[in-house]
Amino acid sequence: MTNPIANSAATFSIRKGGIRWGEATIKLWLRICTTLSLVTTVAIVVLLLGESLGFFRAVSPAEFFLGTRWIPLIKPSSYGVLPLVWGTTVITVGAAIIAIPLGLASAIYLSEYASDRMRAWIKPILELLAGIPTVVYGYFALTFITPLLRHFIPAIQVFNALSAAIVVGIMILPTIATLSDNALRAVPVSLRQAAYAVGATSYEVTTRVVVPAGLSGVMASFLLAVSRAIGETMAVTLAAGQTPNLNLSLLESIETMTAYIVQISLGDTPSGSIAYQTLFAVAMVLFIITLTINIVSQWILGRFREVYD
Amino acid sequence: MMATTDRVDAATEKKKATEAVLELQDVSVLYSGKPAVKKVSCTIWRNRITSIIGPSGCGKSTLLRSLNRMNDFVDGVTIEGSIQFAGQNLYGSDVDPVEVRRRIGMVFQKPNPFPKSIYNNISWGPGINGYSGSMDELVERSLQQAALWDEVKDRLKDSALNLSGGQQQRLCIARALAMEPQVLLMDEPCSALDPISTAHIEDLLFELQSRYTIVIVTHNMQQAARVSDYTAFMEMGHLVEFGETDQIFTRPEKKRTEEYVTGRFG
Amino acid sequence: MAFLDEQGQKNLAGRHRKARLFSLLCALVTWSSVLMLLVLLIRITMDGIGWLDLHFLTSFPSRFPEKAGLKSALVGTLWVILLVAVVSIPVGVSAALYLEEFSKRGRLGTLIEVNIANLAGVPSIVYGILGLAIFVRFFALERSLISGALTMSLLILPVIIIASREAIKTVPMSIRYAALSLGATRWQTTWHHVLPSAFPGIMTGVILALSRAIGETAPLILIGAASFVAFLPKNLMDSFTALPIQIFSWASRPQVEFQHLAAAGIIVLLAVLLLMNATAIYIRNKTEKRLK
Repeated sequence: MTNPIANSAATFSIRKGGIRWGEATIKLWLRICTTLSLVTTVAIVVLLLGESLGFFRAVSPAEFFLGTRWIPLIKPSSYGVLPLVWGTTVITVGAAIIAIPLGLASAIYLSEYASDRMRAWIKPILELLAGIPTVVYGYFALTFITPLLRHFIPAIQVFNALSAAIVVGIMILPTIATLSDNALRAVPVSLRQAAYAVGATSYEVTTRVVVPAGLSGVMASFLLAVSRAIGETMAVTLAAGQTPNLNLSLLESIETMTAYIVQISLGDTPSGSIAYQTLFAVAMVLFIITLTINIVSQWILGRFREVYD
Repeated sequence: MMATTDRVDAATEKKKATEAVLELQDVSVLYSGKPAVKKVSCTIWRNRITSIIGPSGCGKSTLLRSLNRMNDFVDGVTIEGSIQFAGQNLYGSDVDPVEVRRRIGMVFQKPNPFPKSIYNNISWGPGINGYSGSMDELVERSLQQAALWDEVKDRLKDSALNLSGGQQQRLCIARALAMEPQVLLMDEPCSALDPISTAHIEDLLFELQSRYTIVIVTHNMQQAARVSDYTAFMEMGHLVEFGETDQIFTRPEKKRTEEYVTGRFG
Repeated sequence: MAFLDEQGQKNLAGRHRKARLFSLLCALVTWSSVLMLLVLLIRITMDGIGWLDLHFLTSFPSRFPEKAGLKSALVGTLWVILLVAVVSIPVGVSAALYLEEFSKRGRLGTLIEVNIANLAGVPSIVYGILGLAIFVRFFALERSLISGALTMSLLILPVIIIASREAIKTVPMSIRYAALSLGATRWQTTWHHVLPSAFPGIMTGVILALSRAIGETAPLILIGAASFVAFLPKNLMDSFTALPIQIFSWASRPQVEFQHLAAAGIIVLLAVLLLMNATAIYIRNKTEKRLK
């Protein structure tokens, strides 16, 4: 790498000396790692579809998607998935009713009212809440929430939907709080100041200016939280039990799609049997629902992202 | 500051013929089809300082970056025309851009030292390029050439980020010089610095003049007049005029050039 | 001014009252969440602390609650996390580096980005099913430690990729340009400058991802981690158990003693998680201070 004598003609070449093998190998490795994500998605889709098709050869799709009784393990069997979907819906809606208002209120408090010191305390606590494993929430529901509810509603059963809904609500509340807080903080201060300048109160500024301005982020956070609630497994398994039904009663046991999948894998169902294949069919329904919600949530974020400049 | 007699002697030196290092022929640079540099032809002479001046947005930085293929990293860039580097086509299909950049160095507008020690900033480039000589000597030589050695010789292990802006820029110059480049490109190296640091670097350029080929983009006309041997004046992507600095500033051939150097616009 | 008249004044007082109530309400709600966390932690500690002792940590599970312990579950979890780290960190960081440093922005890049975001939102139980079909069945790795580790790796890979990308994005372009202008290849620039700078951010993300993996139960159930394992796994193909599985198993039993065991197990699990999260926060704070 020595510099030729200053005034002489150059004696170097800038031509490629050959392939840089080290660089090429590393790039190949990096590429492989990246394609793994695509491979995973393809694998999930192929697996669920493939096994479900096998299932649908034995059970008609009509019975599956429209039937109202889910009795896959005992004869006479019935393979209507609606009770499971209903179970998931009941618990998800219950959780959303709790988490959305409370989460949004927390987000508003964090972004509009709390001092920096309070934020410094509350945000880590929310992260902690979000990081607690779901099996812990299940235990909490079983041993604390249900007995507590029993004080007020003696008719409540050991396994019940209300307990599960409450606990899932607590679980997804931090998601809504942190994501909505981010969305609200992204609203420029100038918008708030303009509203205050015409004599609005903080309530009016928040509800009529800030939240509408950050709406896309807030709504995306709702959808993401709902998607998490739908995929939630352990808490509902422990708290809500395994009785698929189409009742509205929150005081009784109910089974969600996820709890059913756990039930099957814990059991002794022989692989290859129809009962075993229900696992994949139910998982496919679960996957499609959560995927749709996630895609819609991303679309909302992308399409309606407020441009403030 | 150099005395007048030194300057006259240097001027006589300059008149001696030298060879061409970079030859540009009808060079155009387009960003996604939109031309930023339009058909520029000129020659960069060895061991001379060539400055590129012109109003903001005239394409001087784009042109500079095309000389060491840094434009390769921008999406949608196309180059037309030819740039010959020591007789070889800079954009030839069998050319390795990494080899180009080993030989054509660059100093950027905003000092960008690595978040490492002063020593490691200088030694990293030669190290990865397989330098086998004494690294300590190379580091000292480079820092001497950048007029920074005396200020940092006792704290080579300190983080480069602790240096002042002017010192950081001289460190970046030393870092580029450590590669012993055929050409050193400088993209408005003083625009982010205070006047004293700027003066230091201009003095530095006088020192480097006879040993390195330098192309410097500057929006400071007085700097160009003080420091460079040749000047290129660009406007709206075109090379309006190119010639010896004395001539450009005292007897410009084009009216536009005269308007610019007398400060009527830009 | 019509609207500053007496009626307007009364309205104003009402509006202010409303605003005060509203802010009070929001504060109350937020602090209730804090309260909820406290209640949860206190309750579980009360339930389990009595059963948490050295004997508990060093015994295998048993049909008899007094004799039961966490040893196999604790060791199992440690093994799983170690294996998951070894597999998912290189792969995840590599993918993030490729997406940020080497690939051109384009339709394929956007597709992969959307794909990874979707994968991050797929319920963990679906990953369990994937693991069951691919690792346990197709590759015939059985219900083993390696199956569990590979499944969990797939689960947290999207999270690691996303977090690493964020960390890599914070490295300023000027550093890359400086390195490239000295005649470095892209990989040399990445390895010597981008990775070291992004390292703390990547580490934080990785630790948080691993702490998620520790708490996941559903995928392990799916691939068949047993809940009554009275031995320690000796090699990758052994069957195993893990903390959340053990907790779930105890919590599912009706006897009160097992509830206490579950609580004690939860305390251990939360302690491990707290340690990991504290480390991540510590690293993050140290980096932010350094950059200031």
